[in-house]
Amino acid sequence: MADKKEKTEEVTFTPTGTGIRTNGEIIRSTELPDPTDKKHDELGLSDDDVIDMFEQMYLQRRFEERAMQMYQKGKFGGFLHLYMGQEAISTGTAYALNDDDDIITAYRDHGWGLVRGVSPKEGMAELYGKETGCSNGKGGSMHFANVEEHFWGGYGIVGGHIPLGGGIAFANKYKQNGRVTACFLGDGAVPQGVLHETMNMSQNWKLPCIYAVENNGYAMGTAVHRHSTGEIVDRADGFDMKKMVLNGMDVFTVYEKMKEIAADIRENSEPWFIEIRTYRYRGHSMSDPMKYRSKEELEEYEKLDPVERIKNYLLDEDIIDEDKVEEIKNGVEDKVMDAIEFAEESDYPEKEALYDHMFVEDDYPFHT
Amino acid sequence: MAELQFREAIRAAIDEEMAQDEDIFVMGEEVAEYDGAYKVTEGLLDKYGSKRMIDTPISELGFAGIGVGAAMNGLRPIVEFMTFNFAVLAADQIINHASKAKYMTGGQVNVPIVFRGPNASAGQLSATHSVSYDAMYAHFPGLKVIYTSEPADAKGLLKSAIRDDNPVLFMESEQMYGLKGEVPEEDDFTIPIGKAKVKREGSDVTVVAHGKMYHVAKQAAQQLDKEGVDVEIIDPRTVKPLDIETIVKSIQKTNRCVIVDEAHPFGGLAAEVGYLIQREAFDYLDAPVQRVTLPDTNAPFAKNLFDEWLPSPDQVIDAINTVTYRK
Repeated sequence: MADKKEKTEEVTFTPTGTGIRTNGEIIRSTELPDPTDKKHDELGLSDDDVIDMFEQMYLQRRFEERAMQMYQKGKFGGFLHLYMGQEAISTGTAYALNDDDDIITAYRDHGWGLVRGVSPKEGMAELYGKETGCSNGKGGSMHFANVEEHFWGGYGIVGGHIPLGGGIAFANKYKQNGRVTACFLGDGAVPQGVLHETMNMSQNWKLPCIYAVENNGYAMGTAVHRHSTGEIVDRADGFDMKKMVLNGMDVFTVYEKMKEIAADIRENSEPWFIEIRTYRYRGHSMSDPMKYRSKEELEEYEKLDPVERIKNYLLDEDIIDEDKVEEIKNGVEDKVMDAIEFAEESDYPEKEALYDHMFVEDDYPFHT
Repeated sequence: MAELQFREAIRAAIDEEMAQDEDIFVMGEEVAEYDGAYKVTEGLLDKYGSKRMIDTPISELGFAGIGVGAAMNGLRPIVEFMTFNFAVLAADQIINHASKAKYMTGGQVNVPIVFRGPNASAGQLSATHSVSYDAMYAHFPGLKVIYTSEPADAKGLLKSAIRDDNPVLFMESEQMYGLKGEVPEEDDFTIPIGKAKVKREGSDVTVVAHGKMYHVAKQAAQQLDKEGVDVEIIDPRTVKPLDIETIVKSIQKTNRCVIVDEAHPFGGLAAEVGYLIQREAFDYLDAPVQRVTLPDTNAPFAKNLFDEWLPSPDQVIDAINTVTYRK
């Protein structure tokens, strides 16, 4: 019988500690790749585009800040997973892709809805569970959708929507319509088996799809280094898939890289796996006490706030002045307050709506 | 009419529908180059090419989900599972996504998909390859579930399933693929989902049996016929939505009922039909409803134990004797 190692060490399994990769020590340069050094005009963006981007990002931020207040006041229930800190990703992506390219994401989906045509009113009403919501009050916070504008929705089962993204891309390739699908997932979905099944088929079948991990450092309360071994982006290597890591705190970087990747996919019909490094400023959901990370870490990332960053760019480049910034902010604030009023005044769905949208036909004989 | 094997009837349904609609495609393990693990899809690769006949890796969860996504985005996938015993790996996509995407988005998407393949046991395959899943999926709102017993029903209902704009689970049996029957040949032959069929008329007792168990019930009925017992057999064909009216109508005539189901007893189709009968036909019953199901154990391998495990004609005869107070 072979010798066995003596039992000298304490047995451990999951690595311990806080902090996104470094057990609490903040070494930002290793976390975030450099942002692009290109100016907006070099990226093909007009002054107005940049102003629009700022307005959109500020809308996503303000919508959620106000939603959070309303939630805390008990105006609506359910889960509320906030996107704050990650707005450069939704915004940069939506500007980089064609309007008929397809987007699907997980449950941290408010920003994605807003950037793809869900109006603040329809979004807020959905949070309130009103019939005027984007999903008629059937989906709530986790299930914003605007399929007409190719936003296929937020999905609540971690990883569950990943093959849906693959399937949307499959149909696009089948129909040869030239559309690219962007399927976003959190770092918490990376260890789900379905990602690997979908990546394998996507590469083998050359599906026109971007699988984009929004790595915000935490799967709920479990830091990346505690839930996934190695570098996330290297998952691509096992499938011989094209890959990239990019800075998700800078909207120009997201825009530039997503545009390049989408162009490559349109040219070659091959999937990409990318890791967009970002940070979420709020807890996983509203009930999260955030004991798993340090205040210092949060503050470090708040210095990189993507909304402040684009605002400062507009000012530094003299595209707009402080007055115009205030005007935009006030306009957004009005929209969000109108949305709250709209949501509060809207009706809840009729009782009969319980049975709507179950089946295509109106006369399905429900079991009793 | 043509005499077709069960597998040929299924193939004919797929073939006829694919010929009419470019958006229909088939995906699954071994469906294309291998011609189907049970030869259901034999020849379809040659006819429709590799764009529409897609061999998948052994990734049930992944390809079921790709099917759902493709259905949301305008295609009409037929996803084959080598058996529904393996589809358990894909349950998240069937239960959480196919059946719920329309509802959660307030009706913004449809999921016109068919998940098909053999269900339940197929001889001595031990515990993991022998489970009947129709009632489990029927539990979940948003899914239609079909489990047929004869080639003509299979063809007509599969064509309806493929044309349906909702997710449909269509279940077969490895042991019935070679079974022959007369099948209508017209392209527009369909059978509506949700309609049971009186497969054998009788006046003494109603036996409800579907899928493979229909044949067990039929054997029992033939045996009892010699003894002067006139058995009516109702094959629900569709498990969900369930045609309880046809069953109740039969009980109003026979006043007795036995349900035969190749599933475990707890919470299965037999339990559900039994409940509905007491609600809808209580005053017509002359005896408590009996059921013949699998025992509450896993499937064994040993031949003698397996035979003990699977519902048999003798068990059905015993149950009929009980409800008719013959013995």
